[in-house]
Amino acid sequence: MEYISLFVKSIFVDNMIFAYFLGMCSYLAVSKNVKTANGLGAAVIFVLAVTLPINYLLYTYVLKPGALLWLGEGFADVNLSFLSFIVFIATIAAIVQIVEMVVEKFAPSLYSSLGIFLPLIAVNCSILGGSLFMQNKDFAGIGESFTYALGSGIGWWLAIVALAAIREKMAYAHVPAPLKGLGITFITVGLMGMAFMTFMGISL
Amino acid sequence: MDAKLKETILNPIFKGNPITVLVLGICSSLAVTVEMKGACVMALSVILVTGLSSLVCSLLRKTIPNRVRIIIQLVVVALMVILVDQFLKAYAYGIDKQLSVYIGLIITNCIVMGRIEAFALSNKPLPSLLDGLANGAGYGLILIVVAFFRELLGSGTLFGLPVLSALGYTNNGLVILPPMALIILGCIVWIQRAIQKDLQEK
Repeated sequence: MEYISLFVKSIFVDNMIFAYFLGMCSYLAVSKNVKTANGLGAAVIFVLAVTLPINYLLYTYVLKPGALLWLGEGFADVNLSFLSFIVFIATIAAIVQIVEMVVEKFAPSLYSSLGIFLPLIAVNCSILGGSLFMQNKDFAGIGESFTYALGSGIGWWLAIVALAAIREKMAYAHVPAPLKGLGITFITVGLMGMAFMTFMGISL
Repeated sequence: MDAKLKETILNPIFKGNPITVLVLGICSSLAVTVEMKGACVMALSVILVTGLSSLVCSLLRKTIPNRVRIIIQLVVVALMVILVDQFLKAYAYGIDKQLSVYIGLIITNCIVMGRIEAFALSNKPLPSLLDGLANGAGYGLILIVVAFFRELLGSGTLFGLPVLSALGYTNNGLVILPPMALIILGCIVWIQRAIQKDLQEK
């Protein structure tokens, strides 16, 4: 039950885009049509679901204050948490690289449809943001952190596909010239965010 | 040379602003625009990180092998962010708690990497440092403008001091919520593009 609650919450209430503005750059740049938006969204779900549990393990068994206890009594007050940024980003960059190679070898059609998006995901804030939120939220186990990763990824995918669909339709609307493109997109995202706020306070 | 340096400094602040023109680095930091104080600290941190990492990468530009440059840049940026984060934890713990994950997210802020890739790797250290600082400043400016409106209309205060609330203003709670940051930013883009017609999209 807790897992379902966490899952629904991370999709709708704590939505990466609308509540925390994470991954905004690629969100705005790649939402011009639904098909590419879908591809990027799928890649984000995948990479989040892989990197976040790995970073959780690294954090719990290496970086957290006192995490190195399993090496022996002498390591009880070693605190490496100041290294977490560099470890997280290195893990993410490495995993993205590995995922890219694996996908290229075993699923060439998926690889060509994701194209440039896979390597770009290494610098997508929602991936690093997920790991940093994991550090803040003190999840109880690897299952919880996996559920959170999956939920956040799906929330991001939902947001980018919805925006892409709106932008496809907006091509036929009369928008004032200075507002065209970037300006109207910001305002659309703002209005979508307001719609998503109706989910606030939901708990299962 | 002097005119070129001046152009390097002034261009990112208005005409080539990283947020409203280049659309880089909108990512995380809008979330810290609820109050002026947080926004100012965030702006300063971003200015420092962009400036210093551009400087370091420019110094290293001849020794970095092209194939692994992204990883090296990430490490340099992450190092600068750790320094800023540790400094804030030591001297401004309250603000560091309030900014929470967003300080760490400067690492993946596209402006930092974007300026290193586009400028620092092909220029001398001094112009790179200035370019980094100026782009950070152009970014900070937008943050502070958004924070100004959000704090003024949302809580009726500026830097925590009562301004509108002293005049009997009823706070507009909506402005505090995340979506309004995007709408205010949209309006800033609108005004800038109405003034600079050449930026308008077809």
